Amino acid sequence: MSNREWPLWEVFIRSKQGLNHKHVGSLRAPDATLALENARDVYTRRSEGISIWVVESNYIHASDPSDADAMFEPSDTKVYRHPTFYEVPEGIKHM
Amino acid sequence: MDLQELEKRFQEKIDKEIKIEPNDWMPDEYRKTLIRQISQHAHSEIVGMLPEGNWITRAPNLRRKAVLLAKVQDEAGHGLYLYSSVETLGADREATIDDLHSGKAKYSSIFNYPAVTWADIGTIGWLVDGAAIMNQVALCRCSYGPYARGMVKICKEESFHQRQGFESLVTLCNGTPTQKAMAQDAMNRFWWPALMMFGPSDADSPHSAQSMKWKIKRFSNDELRQSFVDATVPQAEILGLTIPDPNLKWNEETGHYDFSPINWDEFWQVVNGNGPCNKERVEARKKAKEEGMWVREAAMAYAEKRAMRKTA
Repeated sequence: MSNREWPLWEVFIRSKQGLNHKHVGSLRAPDATLALENARDVYTRRSEGISIWVVESNYIHASDPSDADAMFEPSDTKVYRHPTFYEVPEGIKHM
Repeated sequence: MDLQELEKRFQEKIDKEIKIEPNDWMPDEYRKTLIRQISQHAHSEIVGMLPEGNWITRAPNLRRKAVLLAKVQDEAGHGLYLYSSVETLGADREATIDDLHSGKAKYSSIFNYPAVTWADIGTIGWLVDGAAIMNQVALCRCSYGPYARGMVKICKEESFHQRQGFESLVTLCNGTPTQKAMAQDAMNRFWWPALMMFGPSDADSPHSAQSMKWKIKRFSNDELRQSFVDATVPQAEILGLTIPDPNLKWNEETGHYDFSPINWDEFWQVVNGNGPCNKERVEARKKAKEEGMWVREAAMAYAEKRAMRKTA
């Protein structure tokens, strides 16, 4: 039996023109051509997409969930980045 | 942070309905339980293709054939979503498959019963997929993100599986007396195995309490089984089929159907490898892997050769 498994690929699908590609899952395939074909069969049997991206999972670098607090806290504390932070006088329109 | 603190925080997330994602910290036992459950679920999808696949070339007309082909192809897809979910937990996909082949891993015992007539195909769609949907709808809210997302997609796709089966049975039940008798015979054989699909009674299901606490499971085996019976009895009445249980009757007080106790001896016999088709099913899966291995190897060798040429 082979000890070299087909690499793992992550699959992203654009559901329709105008929307971004979204991660839908992963699959195993020997190369990019077959990864695209397999993704077509596994993830788009019901018109789920018009475009597919595949990328070998090895190439994805992810942030560490245990660092999430330090990583994202700075943005949580800056409420003044949102329009609702500001008060405007009654009757002001188009703002 | 010590283990106790990590476990406490983990349970707090679960209690607050925050999903657990692949790289998040999780107790070893949570990971193990999920690897076992998801891989066995994946095996069930794949083994489930065998009884139905056998009927593709013998479907009575082109419409039914196209439908059955689409259904079996869906099962393959569902197996693949689930294997990729199990890989997010750090499990080795091929190792989980080898566990199926060695008999270490189980799969839904329903697929160890043969599909001997065309009516079995309609009945499998109606009862077996119906029971699977009842289980899977509950799993859409599982605490583990990738499994829950897979279940949402699977449930969407499977609703056609149940409907096509029911439609096929409506046709048989409105057909000749022989066709109707064929449908009744399939019902007689599949009713009890379908009820067993929900697993052992709560009292004999030792891992259930922990799985409920971790929100891997949301409802107990017996609760889901009861919902299935309640939903299915009126459907059988519409078909004009008799459910093979003399004690089945509506209970005004509980608002549910009462039914006879399940033959757990048969259930354990089949789970432990002594059902009518256990050997045949596992053999078919082993053969597929062993005899298809050269294709995988050739595809890999071709990809490597092309990659080498590109860099040369």
